[in-house]
Amino acid sequence: MSKEKAPRSEPAQQPDDNVNKRDKSALATDLDHHDHPHDHSHLDDTALRVRSLQTLLTEKGYIEEAALHALIDTYENKIGPRNGARVIARAWSDPEYKNWLLEDATAAIASLSFQGRQGEHMVVVENTDNTHNLVVCTLCSCYPWPVLGLPPAWYKSAPYRSKAVIDPAGVLTDFGVSLSPDKQIVVWDSTAEVRYLVMPERPENSAHLSEAELSLLVTRNSMIGTGLALPVETLS
Amino acid sequence: MSNHTPKDTNPEPSLLLEVIPDQFKDDQGPVFAEPWQADVFAITVSLHQQGMFTWQEWADALSQSIARAQDSGDPDLGDTYYHHWLNALEHMVESRNPGARLRLADLYQQWDEAARSTPHGQPIELLCR
Repeated sequence: MSKEKAPRSEPAQQPDDNVNKRDKSALATDLDHHDHPHDHSHLDDTALRVRSLQTLLTEKGYIEEAALHALIDTYENKIGPRNGARVIARAWSDPEYKNWLLEDATAAIASLSFQGRQGEHMVVVENTDNTHNLVVCTLCSCYPWPVLGLPPAWYKSAPYRSKAVIDPAGVLTDFGVSLSPDKQIVVWDSTAEVRYLVMPERPENSAHLSEAELSLLVTRNSMIGTGLALPVETLS
Repeated sequence: MSNHTPKDTNPEPSLLLEVIPDQFKDDQGPVFAEPWQADVFAITVSLHQQGMFTWQEWADALSQSIARAQDSGDPDLGDTYYHHWLNALEHMVESRNPGARLRLADLYQQWDEAARSTPHGQPIELLCR
């Protein structure tokens, strides 16, 4: 990508001599809009760029509106942390499934009909008496979409991405999680090819709970490692 | 184990949250803060599914976009994430489709003119392509 493009979405920070044709257009639109409010429509720079992409790719036959709507609906409404919670609750309830999940998470998760669209390899890491796992993507925001949905904003933020590696204990403190001092924290850096999911420790006194009830104790953050599974009392 | 008390009922990070805008603070969402973010996300996944690029290539492009933004002074707190995404998407489309850059610039002007010639409150449409 050319250098002038990155700051295009923030024209206020751009030196004048770097303002390209599109930015000038957006600026002119702004001025016109302010001079003559409410008598015509206005699209900001970002909206104009997105519409231009949509038009170009539709012209070329790469995208169809219905397919895009279906994708958005899936990620807004059908995929989310409840998928991952079902995986964890199954593992807590079924030792054979747990072994399969730890050995071949991609297949074990796919058996519950949760499959990645990017062909990523899934790895599940288990929290134990001695180890607490924490997942991050230091470069961008690779994330196990099929089981957690799309990542929360903090997961995508530079403070989390850097601090998780430099000071994972500090990150846990930020999230209100306190571990016993002798517990080791292991940080897993996700990539486009390998996505990690944390299997939190099963809550104490939960032997009597059904798989469905157990899944209610598995939070999104507990599967990233920035939280713990909820205590059994939460259900009452 | 556990000799500690789970506190996931308040699962957002206290210190990290001080620098993250309010609209991002809820636990499970929103997935997309604005509709255009959903659009660029879906376009990217759709192009990947059709083989325009591998997901590794996309992750590389997005990483580079984020790094460039940080170099330009973006504190990169998560709220500009989809702007990085849009920059990376434009790069991917332009690098794999000769002539796309010029066509995008042309379409940008057309959409801008269409907006300015559309009475407020009415749908904006391109009249000629």
